[in-house]
Amino acid sequence: MNAPETPILELDRVSKSFGTAPFKVNAAQSVSFELYAGRTLALVGESGSGKTTCARLVMREYTPSEGQLLFKGKPVATDNAKALARYRRSVQMIFQDPFSSLNPAHTIDYHLRRPLQLHRRDLRGKQIDAAIEELLTRVKLDPKIVAHKHPHELSGGQRQRVNIARTLAVGAEVIVADEPTSMLDVSVRLGVLNLLNEMKRDMKLALLYITHDIATARYVAEDIVVMYAGQIVEWGNVNKVIDNPQHPYTRLLLSAVPDPEMPFDDPKAQLKSTDVEDIRRLSAVPQDRIVAIETDHFIRQVASSRAA
Amino acid sequence: MTTPLLQVKNLTVDYIGDTSDFRAVDDVSFDVAHGETFGLAGESGCGKSTIAFAISRLHKPPALIRSGEILLEGRDVLDLNPVELRDFRWREVAMVFQSAMNSLNPVLRIQEQFYDVLRTHQKMNRAQARERTAEMLRLVDIPPDRMKDYPHQFSGGMRQRIVIAICLALNPKIVVMDEPTTALDVVVQREILQRINELRRTFGFSVLFITHDLGLMVQFCDRIGIMLAGKLVEQNTAENIYGDPQHDYTKKLWASFPSLHGEPATERAPT
Repeated sequence: MNAPETPILELDRVSKSFGTAPFKVNAAQSVSFELYAGRTLALVGESGSGKTTCARLVMREYTPSEGQLLFKGKPVATDNAKALARYRRSVQMIFQDPFSSLNPAHTIDYHLRRPLQLHRRDLRGKQIDAAIEELLTRVKLDPKIVAHKHPHELSGGQRQRVNIARTLAVGAEVIVADEPTSMLDVSVRLGVLNLLNEMKRDMKLALLYITHDIATARYVAEDIVVMYAGQIVEWGNVNKVIDNPQHPYTRLLLSAVPDPEMPFDDPKAQLKSTDVEDIRRLSAVPQDRIVAIETDHFIRQVASSRAA
Repeated sequence: MTTPLLQVKNLTVDYIGDTSDFRAVDDVSFDVAHGETFGLAGESGCGKSTIAFAISRLHKPPALIRSGEILLEGRDVLDLNPVELRDFRWREVAMVFQSAMNSLNPVLRIQEQFYDVLRTHQKMNRAQARERTAEMLRLVDIPPDRMKDYPHQFSGGMRQRIVIAICLALNPKIVVMDEPTTALDVVVQREILQRINELRRTFGFSVLFITHDLGLMVQFCDRIGIMLAGKLVEQNTAENIYGDPQHDYTKKLWASFPSLHGEPATERAPT
């Protein structure tokens, strides 16, 4: 990807498989991508395509079967608990479900105080209070109103903001957001996305935004990676990939995105199920050849096939 | 002018609480014509699902229909007695729920689940039911020989298509679909809705389609009603809801969807 500087986090040909033959599932096959400070990478694909596996690999919840993770150029330790804890301080995750990711028995204040106490040993007493207030203000929640509430008293959008504040509390440099808005109401989604955009810009965060909603991917991300069946099939500048998709699967995905200008009765809008099956079958086999469409737009295809 | 298939007139539904009632649906009126696809859009909690449940009389306490009429071909659904209601459901109004793919019985083969419906409503024997099942499965692009399989042997999209096939097995006059594809991928969603659209053209049933995805709704529906806090605030053809929205809330809803084609959403919708 078009590198403005050195990546903060890099996945280098990482694979992850589950089970053993003949039931082996290759959830991620030789996945490589880079995250840069102040940039968002969108990871799109259907369910089962390996998006969440990638998120968990980045979080080091899974150990890669092959390949390695580089954090600021250095391999991430696999066996050293202390080093791993340090790594996780820098790489934080926002989950899909804002309703289950906060402890219902504790106040919002507690949710932010704990990570501050654990990870920001330099802060004492009143400083922690001030830090909590600052965090909540930063995610546009009123500390006076919100801090002493329990999660059930907040809306989904507010809870997701608390989750974002929590990632900031530990001083995260990389945030992995796995479908952060898919369980929120449509009218509050944009607010959360705008907040993520702001964080990225103001705090120079690197964001990995995982979604199946390509329109929002374009809204928040600079770069995009399209996955299918555990493989990256197309990647590059988000506008170039969406406006000029080259891999058959990316084209299929884009053609299926709801578009109010294309009523279903319009023959151009028709998606033939035989075509869909063909594309799925052809996209699931190993795509070994990388073809550069432009300097910041690439696809992978089957080694024997010609460029699209 | 012919009478519409379904008329909802001044429907008001309350959820009864200990101290006060919550008005989930407030004086809502709309019609669905024969063969038409009518969409109800709105955020969670705006009452759209409550309407769906009320139409097939599936609402349960604490929901209470305070006033209004639901007329299907002139007959008031709210006056049906239990026996009539049993005939009415499925044969006249079929429903597909959001998690419909999980509504199949996991321990019964697909053909058993079809047989259950066909025997109860149409007194079919096994051989007839098998034939009808094969026919219905073919309609939704599932090989008929798979009727001997169990639900877990199908993917989510296939299960959803099976549910739709069961729904259509009795040739209902209207199918109520409450977020039928929300849990599915865009490609699968498109395949399923396209197929429903074709079947609608072939068999002439009406669809009441409920979702929060306005873009999808404009593609799929003939007319759309926008709901806000229990009220139907705007009702128009799909083109006009998209091209010429009148109500502020409709405009704000549109503004909260980033467009795939790049022009960024600018306005922030209300929270």
